[in-house]
Amino acid sequence: MEVKELSLPARRKDVGWLRAGDLLFLTGEVVTARDRAHLRMADLLSRGKELPVDLRDGALYHCGPAVRREGKEWRVLSAGPTTSSRVDPLLPRLLPRLGVRAVIGKGGVGEETKRVMKRMGCVYLAFPGGCGALAARAVKEVRGVHWLDLGQPEAMWVLEVRGLGPLVVAVDPSGRDLYEEVRRRMGA
Amino acid sequence: MGGSGQRELEEACLELLRRASTGLPSDVKAGLRRALRSERDPVGRVNLRAILENVEVAEERKVPLCQDTGIPLFYFWMDPSGLNPVRAAARAVRRATQEGLLRPNTVHPLSRRNPGDNLGKELPAVKVLPPRGEGVELAVMLKGAGSENVSRLGMLTPAEGERGLVDFVVGTVREAGGRPCPPVIVGVGVGGTASLSMELAQLSLLRPLPEKHREAPFRRLERELEERINRLGLGPMGLGGRTTCLGVKVEYAHTHTASLPVAVNLLCWAARRFRARLRGGELEWR
Repeated sequence: MEVKELSLPARRKDVGWLRAGDLLFLTGEVVTARDRAHLRMADLLSRGKELPVDLRDGALYHCGPAVRREGKEWRVLSAGPTTSSRVDPLLPRLLPRLGVRAVIGKGGVGEETKRVMKRMGCVYLAFPGGCGALAARAVKEVRGVHWLDLGQPEAMWVLEVRGLGPLVVAVDPSGRDLYEEVRRRMGA
Repeated sequence: MGGSGQRELEEACLELLRRASTGLPSDVKAGLRRALRSERDPVGRVNLRAILENVEVAEERKVPLCQDTGIPLFYFWMDPSGLNPVRAAARAVRRATQEGLLRPNTVHPLSRRNPGDNLGKELPAVKVLPPRGEGVELAVMLKGAGSENVSRLGMLTPAEGERGLVDFVVGTVREAGGRPCPPVIVGVGVGGTASLSMELAQLSLLRPLPEKHREAPFRRLERELEERINRLGLGPMGLGGRTTCLGVKVEYAHTHTASLPVAVNLLCWAARRFRARLRGGELEWR
């Protein structure tokens, strides 16, 4: 198992060396989104509207952080991943329009999403579920927050992270999927 | 109502929420350490090491261990004497949310509007049970959605029997995959009615890991389920390994001669459940 590092934004060639099973630490800007933010992104894009964030060559993090307001600042207290499969049906159309280079989450994504990710050179990174305190320690700054009307967990948080990890490369640029391999071994 | 007893009950609820948000009970920590010792899969080991480090970081920084602080479930074993446990729990939940210990999770089921205080219709979930010993015994469990979302109820036929029951529980864990954040604790309710079996499954999760069922047939069933689940190879986070569950707990009720209800309710590895006794104004951890 190799330990690698990646900085964002990342071009297609920057993730080409990642292999399923690698351990990765990520630095740069990540944007969180869960169920409702995905629905709103899909809705805005389908109507030709702009999004408040630019995710091109960046990372979409399936996460709804626990935050606390301290004066004028937001402090992220806990920020582990949420289950990606809930938003999976929206991803095949959404990801190419966002142009993201990495999806961070837990549990993996479906076949169609993987096909789209392979075509666009996007990887799926699994952060250990439940490890919210560990993830929050890697957050250096809250750059912004959008759509707080959706509720604090469902809002889009723009986070600057340093050494976010351990991330396991679960789907690599060749489309190899660790979750799928485990499922196949289990006969499920 | 509203006297010193009521205030003490509210403070006790808040103290349990504080502990549960930022830490794990010792039996779960010991279970995770044991899992790391026996895990051979490299990815499984990475995940278990991250989990153990995360617990330390959360305890040290006094921040939520997991950002999904769940829906708090309260249990009281007490006399329905002058005290109002629902009110104590509700006020404690609101305060814990203000302190940043609970992420505001609850929403209206249709409009999805978030009131921001983790309360709402029928919440917090409170169960009052007959008293056990002196004073008030209380427990809180933070039930995250990842594990709750894969709960399953099977209304099996008596002919399917124990074989069918085992296959149903193992199949539920297999199909849940990485979604409930394994290694999980598996709660199983057998018998009763549809709703009673699910209540029993949830209640079984309060039992500490080393504590096996009191009755031999259910002790055997717990052991068989644990072995079969840990032979799946699903592993921590569903990314492979030998540690899929930390334990299996079964509770049962007699049932209709035509029925065999089986309910499965899981707890993620972040099994945030704490229990204490409130006696003479003092909180004793259990």
